[in-house]
Amino acid sequence: MRFILRRIFVTLPVVLGVCTLTFLLIHLVPGDPVDIMLGEQASAQDKAQLRQELGLDQPLLTQYKAFLFDLARLDIGRSLHTRQPVLDSLLERLPATAELTFAAMFIALLFGIPLGILAAVRQYSAVDHSVMVSGLLGMSIPGFFLGPLLIYVFAIQLDFFPVSERGGIEHLVLPALSLALPLGAVIMRITRASMLEVIREDYINVARSKGLGPGPLYFRHALRNALMPIVTIVGLQVGALLTGTVITETIFDWPGLGTLLLGSIQRRDYPVVQGCILLISLIYVVVNLVTDLSYALINPKVRLGE
Amino acid sequence: MSQSKVSGRRVPLRKKLLMYLGAGIVLVMVIVALFAPWIAIQDPNTMSLADRYQAPSWTHPFGLDEMGSDVFSKVVYGARVSLGVALTVVTISTIVGLLLGSVAGFVGRWVDGLIMRIIDMISAFPNFLLALGLVAMLGPSVRNVIIAMCLTSWASYARLVRGEVLHLKERDYVVSAQAMGAGPVRQVVLHIWPNLVGTLVVHCSFAMAGTIIAESGLSFLGLGAPPTTPTWGALLDSGRKILLEAPHVSLFPGLAILLLVLGFNLFGDGLRDYLDPKKN
Repeated sequence: MRFILRRIFVTLPVVLGVCTLTFLLIHLVPGDPVDIMLGEQASAQDKAQLRQELGLDQPLLTQYKAFLFDLARLDIGRSLHTRQPVLDSLLERLPATAELTFAAMFIALLFGIPLGILAAVRQYSAVDHSVMVSGLLGMSIPGFFLGPLLIYVFAIQLDFFPVSERGGIEHLVLPALSLALPLGAVIMRITRASMLEVIREDYINVARSKGLGPGPLYFRHALRNALMPIVTIVGLQVGALLTGTVITETIFDWPGLGTLLLGSIQRRDYPVVQGCILLISLIYVVVNLVTDLSYALINPKVRLGE
Repeated sequence: MSQSKVSGRRVPLRKKLLMYLGAGIVLVMVIVALFAPWIAIQDPNTMSLADRYQAPSWTHPFGLDEMGSDVFSKVVYGARVSLGVALTVVTISTIVGLLLGSVAGFVGRWVDGLIMRIIDMISAFPNFLLALGLVAMLGPSVRNVIIAMCLTSWASYARLVRGEVLHLKERDYVVSAQAMGAGPVRQVVLHIWPNLVGTLVVHCSFAMAGTIIAESGLSFLGLGAPPTTPTWGALLDSGRKILLEAPHVSLFPGLAILLLVLGFNLFGDGLRDYLDPKKN
C-alpha cells in the first residue's frame, strides 16, 4: 500500500510538467498565433476578440494560472473551427482510438509472447533465427509503409478486407495489424531475452527433473518470472502505440484522436491540438503508473522490500 | 558455436555477419546520399504529366509518380534528407546527452535532481507526439523538424549516460585517478567516457533507426520538408493515395526506409552482442 501511494505521489509533478509543457506549446508559434489562426486579413476586432478568448492579452503567469484553473474544472477551451468544447471532441474520438489500440495490443501479445518463448526454448534453432530476424524486420518497418502494404495486398489485390473507415470487425483488422506487427516484434524479442535468463535458473531445472511437462514448465514457472521486463516494455510501447495511431488512423481514415490531431494541425486549431497532446500524454503517464504498480503484483519483492 | 553456460560465450558467426550486413547497408546508403546528383537519373522535380503513373521500366527503374517525376531519383535524393536529418539530430542529442548526463551522474545532489526532473518531464510525453506538437507549432521545415527532434530525444541519451557514470565513478581506476589528483573533468573525460563509448554507440545506432522513422513519419504527415524537397515520407504519402494506379510509388521509398532502418538495427544489435556477449 505504501508503495502504491508513493508511486502515485511521484507521478503528480510529472502530470504538472506535462500540463505546463502543453501550455507553453502555443507560445512557440512564431509571430502572433492569432494572425496565423485567423489569417493576416482578419479585422482588428476579430483578432482582439480571439486574443481575449485565448487569454493571450494577459501576462504569461496569469495565463498559466487561468490554464491550470480551467484544467482543474476540465475546461480546455473551445475549438476555433467548430466552436465545440475541446473536451467533447476528444471524448467523441477517444473510443475509436481505444478500440484500435486495444486490438493492436491484443494481437501483438497473442503472437509476441508465444513466439518469444518458443525461440528461447529452442535457442539457436531455425525457429529462433527466424524469430530474431523477423523481429528485427518487424521493428524496422514503419507503420506508414506497412499500412499501405497491407491495404494493397489484402484490400486491393485479395479483396479480403475493406480499405478504410470504422465499422465492424472486418474494418478493424488491417489498421490493428499494421500497429500490432512492429509492437509484437518488440514483445517477441524481449520475451525471448527474458525467458533465456530465467530458464537457466535452478528452480527450472528442479521443476524439469521432477518431470513437469513443457507446457506448465514454461508457461507457469518460467514465464511468470520472466514477466517483469515484458511488462515494462509493453508499458513503454503504449506510448509508441498511441502516437502510431496518428499515422495509422490517417492511412485508414479512422475517426480517432490521431486524425483529429492531424486535422486540427492543418486547420491551425491550436486549442484542439493542445487538447489532443495533453490527453494522449496523460493516458501515457497513467499507463506508466499502472505498469509500475503492476510490478508489485508480479513480484512480491517490490511490495514487501521496497 | 560454443555453448558454455558461463560468461564469455562467443558471439555466433551468423550474428557477426548480420552486423557486417547492417554496416554494409548503411555504407551503401551513405554513398547514395553523398553522390545523389551523379546517381539520380534526372532532377527529382522534373515532371512529365503525360507519362504519370508509368510502371517501372529500364529507363525508369522505379517508375514515375503522379506528376510524372522519376521515383528512383526522388528516392536517391530522399536519402540525403533522411540521413542528413538523422545524423544531425543524433549528433546534437549525443553531445547534449553526454554533457548533461555526465554532470548529473558525477556531480549528483541537486544538480542531478534538477536534470533528472527535466528528463522525467520530457520522457512523460510519447517522443514522436511531442516532436509532432513542436513542429505543428513551429511550422513545417527541415530546420524545425531537427529542432523538435533534438528537444525530445536528448533525454534518453542523458539518462543512459547518467546511469553509466553513476556506476563507473565508483570503479577502482576512477577512484585511484582521483586519489592521484585528477580533477573532475579529467576523471570524467579520460577515465569514465572511454568506458561508456560502446554503450553510447549502440544507443546511437538504434537512435539513428528511430530518428529516420520519426523524420519520415513527420514528412508523411506533411510536417517535414517543403514539397520541393524530395523525402521518403512525402513520397509514401503521395503514393498511398494512388495505390490502385501506381503501387510502385509507395513500394520503393518504403523499401528504402525499411532497408536503412534495418541496417542501423542490425548494426546496433550485433554491436551490443559484440561488446557484451554475456547480456544475450
